[in-house]
Amino acid sequence: MEAKNCYHCGDPKGNSPVLFDDKTFCCHGCKTVYEILQSNDLGYYYELQGAAGSSPKEQERSYDFLDNPAIREKLLEFDDGEYQVINLYIPHIHCSSCIWILENLHRLHPSVRQSQVDFPKKTVRITYNAQTLSLKSLVQLLASVGYEPYISLEELDRPKKNINRALIYKLGVAGFAFGNVMFLSFPEYFDLFNGSGQDDFWLKTYTPLFRWLMFTFSLPVLLYAGRDYLIAAYKGIRSGTMNIDIPIALGILALFARSTLEILFNWGPGYFDSFTGLVFFLLLGKFFQQKTYAFLSFERDYKSYFPIAVTRVHQDGAEENIPIYEIGRGDHLLIRSGELIPADGILLSEKACIDYSFVTGESEPVTRVAGDRIYAGGRQQQGFQEMEVLKPVSQSYLTQLWGNPVFHKNKSDSFRRITDSIGKRFTQAVLTVASVSALYWLWADPSKAANVFTAVLIIACPCAIALAAPFTLGNLLRIFGRKKFYLKNTDTIEQMARVDMAVFDKTGTMTSSSRGRVDYEGVRLSEAEESLLKNTLRGSNHPLSRKLYELLKSYDIVTLDDFQEAQGKGISGSKDAQQMKIGAADYVGGALKDEKGQTEVHVSANDQYKGRFVFKNAYREGLSGVFATLSERKVGLAVLSGDHDGEKSRLMSMLPEGTAYYFNQQPEDKLRFIEQLQGRQKKVMMVGDGLNDAGALAQSEIGIALSENVNVFSPACDGILDATKFRYLPDYLLASKKAMGIIRMSFVLSLLYNVIGLYFAVTGQLQPVIAAILMPLSSITIVAFTTVATNLMARKLP
Amino acid sequence: MSVIYILLAISIVVALLFFAAFIVSVRSGQYDDPYTPSVRILFEDEVVKNSTGRTPEKTTNSHPTK
Repeated sequence: MEAKNCYHCGDPKGNSPVLFDDKTFCCHGCKTVYEILQSNDLGYYYELQGAAGSSPKEQERSYDFLDNPAIREKLLEFDDGEYQVINLYIPHIHCSSCIWILENLHRLHPSVRQSQVDFPKKTVRITYNAQTLSLKSLVQLLASVGYEPYISLEELDRPKKNINRALIYKLGVAGFAFGNVMFLSFPEYFDLFNGSGQDDFWLKTYTPLFRWLMFTFSLPVLLYAGRDYLIAAYKGIRSGTMNIDIPIALGILALFARSTLEILFNWGPGYFDSFTGLVFFLLLGKFFQQKTYAFLSFERDYKSYFPIAVTRVHQDGAEENIPIYEIGRGDHLLIRSGELIPADGILLSEKACIDYSFVTGESEPVTRVAGDRIYAGGRQQQGFQEMEVLKPVSQSYLTQLWGNPVFHKNKSDSFRRITDSIGKRFTQAVLTVASVSALYWLWADPSKAANVFTAVLIIACPCAIALAAPFTLGNLLRIFGRKKFYLKNTDTIEQMARVDMAVFDKTGTMTSSSRGRVDYEGVRLSEAEESLLKNTLRGSNHPLSRKLYELLKSYDIVTLDDFQEAQGKGISGSKDAQQMKIGAADYVGGALKDEKGQTEVHVSANDQYKGRFVFKNAYREGLSGVFATLSERKVGLAVLSGDHDGEKSRLMSMLPEGTAYYFNQQPEDKLRFIEQLQGRQKKVMMVGDGLNDAGALAQSEIGIALSENVNVFSPACDGILDATKFRYLPDYLLASKKAMGIIRMSFVLSLLYNVIGLYFAVTGQLQPVIAAILMPLSSITIVAFTTVATNLMARKLP
Repeated sequence: MSVIYILLAISIVVALLFFAAFIVSVRSGQYDDPYTPSVRILFEDEVVKNSTGRTPEKTTNSHPTK
């Protein structure tokens, strides 16, 4: 049986499949996991969902920092010396097999007492016996079966937050009261339909009891469930902004006060059912709007990107793991290959290759020699490097960016929501109608004036208007989520609809990190030469070597007679009198010189120059399309890159005229650029991916982080877009515009209901039963209309 | 005649009981993760080890042979 993909992880088998137990695996890592699971009778893992695993990381990360008691204490949720509880975030959790295996951890290790997965959050809470299993071994156990937890500095710093369940409680209280009050109001309503006009004896005896019971049920709704609306309205009045909460609060208060007076003086049954129903529907809207992606974080800063602990080297050569915040000036640190440089400092080792793409946007790694300044945030690419720290972590060049006040500002406070923007006119209109009709009745029948005044406030309570935006935007938020476009909240959609300027980062945003185009220029290589080239590249860890290695056809692995690496210059290898040099032009002795602004690797065989490989940025699919569509819609466009301008001419040929280009931009420059645009009244959307964009993402009206893998780090932003969906960005922008149109239509619809209700109110005929029918009916109409309309609109969304 | 009082009392007590049950369920965290339990309940109870070989065999009593 020839399976196409790896039995464990489902990836294509690749060049060197591993056969074991009649199954094919893509690598030894996957095979090992399979063996571990089979030997523990956990084969059900594969039956539940095929190929659900992930191959464990080849390079085993050091978890030594978990032995540090200070760090451990911060990570653990509970520790009584014997049992410990920890909640770990595991990005790989993605299917039912994952849940099953993680909840059966006790079969892999008897010291695990209990483990429970929270799937939406991608976390697992593990209770284990700390005397027989250390935290470090537990994490290693998880990593060995392909479920490596993600432990970051951010988690250490964050205080253990309490889950806020207030809204669910409020919804419960309002729903409970609504249901009971409705039951209790039935007797009087039925009597009304009786139509005899004569008071029933039974009703006469028991009405007060029913009414006061309704009053009792309504009290917690006013004082607890509906409290937020009253507070918001009070704040709105004080700050002078007429938000939609003011007419809502007016309606709530009028309903409750009038109902209480009615039963107090025995005028009628009051509107308690409408009152509780109103609050219930409003809270329902709020609840629906609160769609959160528990597994994503929109608040991350550099802390979640930095390691928790680093290795400090003492004068006597002893190594020690210390938490990152304990790093001080003058410390000597050991940085392993693939690790992040945690603080600004000076390189002590002879030579290092550092990838700054995430911090500065430079697309290729740079080489630094001993004595050079190196900056925090770069990823060290080769071997072991030693550095001396100049500044502690929080004061480094990169992390200073987070001192900017823009990171402490709440974006949602700074703009008027569509609902609030009609709130002012609505409040004025309602108060005018109420006063005018009250004045009329003062002249016609003074006894009815107060009655009519409150009736207008009650029936005009903009419940349906307040529901339109939450349901439309909440629904769209979910639709976007299914399309892998994750937004922080519904406010983001409103902001998206107004965007008239789009700014793009280049490296990692417009270019894709995985696919690079490589052109070969020069003499054709023979098969033997290509095989030697590939085998020589195998020995090098330089990112360009790795990239080139991946691209070449597969050849049999041969052992080279000689392999040498000249750090920062190139590599050479020889086999059977064949010799090959790969690297920079002067190292290889090439005829072609290095061109400025281009990344190249030159090759020579037996000291004869062969040619060069030119690495070109691979732009994302549909990039020109995205720019062209936005340009047609009169959206201003700009490219803002931290990289050099080597690709400018190529970009200019791809992108529409009128696009502005800015290169060599520092993170602060990007932030300031956005600020300038906003100074010109532009509504800016920033699309970026790295830490260097963090300032711009925070400053812009809407910052979207593009991510190849939504589970890994993305900087603080308002939305996370899966990179494969990049080309649909204009469609999503259009959809948010249409959603605003739907909201406006529902405003018209709910105003129609209001006009009908007002007719009853101003003529003084508003019976409680009419309010009780009209108010829920208008709310349900709006909910149904917006849901159907957004779903229809989103059907065409790719 | 006063049976209405008893009925009202019963109906309110029952309603309050359900309300209390709701509060307790929220407090215990039932609403924090609405998804995982729906998957967990569908797991097979146990995988029984086949004594002769290394390949485990699933218990088949839940679904009859095709």
